Amino acid sequence: MNIPFFKYGLFGDDVSLVIAFIIGIGFGFFLERGGFGNGRKLAAQFYFNDLTVFKVMFTAIITAMVGIYYLSVIGWMDLSLVYVSPTYIVPQTIGGLVLGFGFVIGGYCPGTSCVSAVTGKIDGMVYLLGIVVGIFVFGEIYPLVSNFYNSTPMGQITLSQLFNIPYGILVFAVVLMAIGGFAAAEWAEKKLGNKIVEP
Amino acid sequence: MQSTSTEVQHAPKPYWNPYLSGIGLGLVLLLSYVIMGRGLGASGAFSSLVATGVSTIAPEHAKANEFYNEYLADTTKSPLKDWLVFEVLGVLVGGFISGALAGRIKTTVEKGPRISVKGRLFYAFIGGTIMGIGAKLARGCTSGQALTGGAVLNVGSWAFMLAVFGGAYMIAYFFRRQWK
Repeated sequence: MNIPFFKYGLFGDDVSLVIAFIIGIGFGFFLERGGFGNGRKLAAQFYFNDLTVFKVMFTAIITAMVGIYYLSVIGWMDLSLVYVSPTYIVPQTIGGLVLGFGFVIGGYCPGTSCVSAVTGKIDGMVYLLGIVVGIFVFGEIYPLVSNFYNSTPMGQITLSQLFNIPYGILVFAVVLMAIGGFAAAEWAEKKLGNKIVEP
Repeated sequence: MQSTSTEVQHAPKPYWNPYLSGIGLGLVLLLSYVIMGRGLGASGAFSSLVATGVSTIAPEHAKANEFYNEYLADTTKSPLKDWLVFEVLGVLVGGFISGALAGRIKTTVEKGPRISVKGRLFYAFIGGTIMGIGAKLARGCTSGQALTGGAVLNVGSWAFMLAVFGGAYMIAYFFRRQWK
């Protein structure tokens, strides 16, 4: 098997846009199914009442991670053709903190606010407007922050390369940690009286 | 896009089991890697939108700016003819389909009981603005970095993800009135 298909030239740019749209439908569908169109449910993660954000995110990450690992081990997927975005460790960590602030204050992240807005939530629509303004602000101040933005480059690097741990062992360890995290999340939710946020 | 008549007759269905939604989301992400060799995203589509807007109103200004220019560099096509733009259009459709099937399409404002609608919308706007700046600084958001980079064990994405949870927990207490 020649995976990833696009990189092997199985189809062109125009078809890739159709695929983008279809993949997006799947993405939006499962976000909404999980309750990610609801700012109350997303924010509840940060008050330990409803840990759905953690559970959905890490289930998704380990599902895709194990799939990619498996396809590469059996030789169907060429990992060198998979895009790993370059790391700029300090601006990405600071950006993450800032994004975390925006998450609690506004109740969404960019993808979830799309689902929120399209299911009628006015706070989601306003949030989307805020994102556009924020990106515009970033664009306008870019000349001032570009040095910081491009600082501490580490190139395309994975945790397995950084810590020199074999890929398979790291995948296994992440799965174990996630399962431990799920058990802890279930325990914490019960302890706090199962205040799961419903539609 | 607004409320439908079915919502009056049926109570909204509960959300799916989180592990089931997570597996669904993970399979979509895996499929994206298998077909395209790349993962998902969201904030990048809005960058294309902003870059297009700025370049329409002030083309010289946009061209002189390295950040906007990254989205405008390929002059043979519109910056909106972009993979992430089409993916986000799909997200809007997919979210609507799921919400409609479950009777969860409803014009409302999600908030805690102790804050006014105006107050909540104010915070939503401020939060969105902060998120937009943070996502650009981090070169991606929860989709493009945490999920996508997380699955390929990208160092920057994992640092980003820990920072997102760290930042959110750090200030959650001060914004509790909005949610609890």
